[in-house]
Amino acid sequence: MRIRTISYFIREALKSLYRNSWMGLASMGTVAVSLIIVGLSLITVMNANYLAARLESNVEIIAFIKSDVSEDDARALKNEIQSIPGVSSVEFRSKDQALVEFRKELGEQQNMINALGGENPLPHLYKVTTISPGDVEGVAKKLELFPQMEKVDYGKGVVEKLFSITRWVRLVGLTVIVLLGLAAVFLIATTIRLTVFARRKEIQIMKILGATNWFIRWPFLVEGMVLGFTGALIAVLIVDFSYLAVIDYVQKDLNLNILGLQKDTRFLLLLGGVMLGVGTFIGALGSGISMRKFLKV
Amino acid sequence: MINMINVSKIYPNGTKALTDVSLRVEKGEFVFLVGPSGAGKSTLTKLIFREEQPTRGQILFNGKNIARLRPGEVPYLRRNIGVIFQDFKLLPNKTVAENVSFALEVIEASKREIRKSVPEALEMVGLSDKVNAVPSELSGGEQQRVGIARAIVNNPPLIIADEPTGNLDPETSWEIVNLLHEINKCGTTVLMATHDKVIVDGMRKRVVALENGRVVRDEERGAYGYED
Repeated sequence: MRIRTISYFIREALKSLYRNSWMGLASMGTVAVSLIIVGLSLITVMNANYLAARLESNVEIIAFIKSDVSEDDARALKNEIQSIPGVSSVEFRSKDQALVEFRKELGEQQNMINALGGENPLPHLYKVTTISPGDVEGVAKKLELFPQMEKVDYGKGVVEKLFSITRWVRLVGLTVIVLLGLAAVFLIATTIRLTVFARRKEIQIMKILGATNWFIRWPFLVEGMVLGFTGALIAVLIVDFSYLAVIDYVQKDLNLNILGLQKDTRFLLLLGGVMLGVGTFIGALGSGISMRKFLKV
Repeated sequence: MINMINVSKIYPNGTKALTDVSLRVEKGEFVFLVGPSGAGKSTLTKLIFREEQPTRGQILFNGKNIARLRPGEVPYLRRNIGVIFQDFKLLPNKTVAENVSFALEVIEASKREIRKSVPEALEMVGLSDKVNAVPSELSGGEQQRVGIARAIVNNPPLIIADEPTGNLDPETSWEIVNLLHEINKCGTTVLMATHDKVIVDGMRKRVVALENGRVVRDEERGAYGYED
């Protein structure tokens, strides 16, 4: 393809954008709004996934040992626990260590412990983590079978609930994204159809003069892609800046650390890149759709 | 150059535009296609530059069956055919020179070729002094000259003119037909659909008469032959 031809395509596209600037602005705005919602949904889904993954990996099993088992007998269980399939780490915590920790946690109220009169009511315990969150339940069941165990705790049901919540977030997010994407395609298609309609005489003449379909199609594709790209650019700027502002607020004013992706600039760059790509694709798809019927003859 | 063999065209709405038409046009000929409105003249011309496809039959253009052309090949067929219309089909927002060079731009001709061919074509039709005018500033005859310049600017071997004088007064019509005759003398084949009796009778060229979609007469140095 000649460079002159490419510059012709771009010139024609820009000319037509200038001519239909109001319609262009409207469809650009719609792409921007759609992609803003797409971007926010994606951020929500990604953060929910991240949070879920973190919570899932934080789930640990705590096995309390019966109070009549001596510390040496309790310590001796470690190898046996370690050999259960799916176990990744085993940590023993004696009743004395537990008391020290408890003291630390209580801080100024440690005289509560002194009131116990030297007795330590805490049991020995094991903290067990698994290789994958799916193993938690099986490992816990096996631990319960040990005669020395008093009680095995692993936040029964929390893992399952998290799984179903993330599934729902993903599903709803995806549906919203697909629907809005379709709406954006439709709006670009409508804008381009107006341009095509305004220039149908010119297109008819071009066809009679022997222009190839691609030669006719390109300026409209460029026009659609410019609309989609510009709309996406606006959306990226708005989404990124508002996300950064929200993170700032959450971190500084609420002192929460639940938005785990905030420090990951690669995530924002990737999100921006994906949105620009999707916007451009939406534009091309929209104009492609409105050209198809027109070029049949 | 053109060889139509038993060509029929039935439009999707059932109209039988052409029935079993066979027609040969040799290179360098000047052919009038005559007949009353609705006889099938326009359909026949549209079949040649593949605006329409025949329902049955073969249309050979330089030996190639254009009825079987793939969509991607159609533009390259059309680059061999200059088409002139009754309503000129000029772009109103482009100047005379731009309308003519448009024909070369859309087939991606080189800049050098455009600089050379456009003034030549405009000189041929006698509009060298109106290159920067827009169509609305021109008379009907001048607009049709622009249409002719656009049709001949890439030197196609065939010119198809569909009622080129239909919107013009008799004197201007003669100028246009004489211009087409000049172009024909340079070796370009011309196929002109018309129902201008005076011109057909005056030119004494080959006349193909259509009636109800059939060829009813085909004679060298013919006359219009209808009283309408």
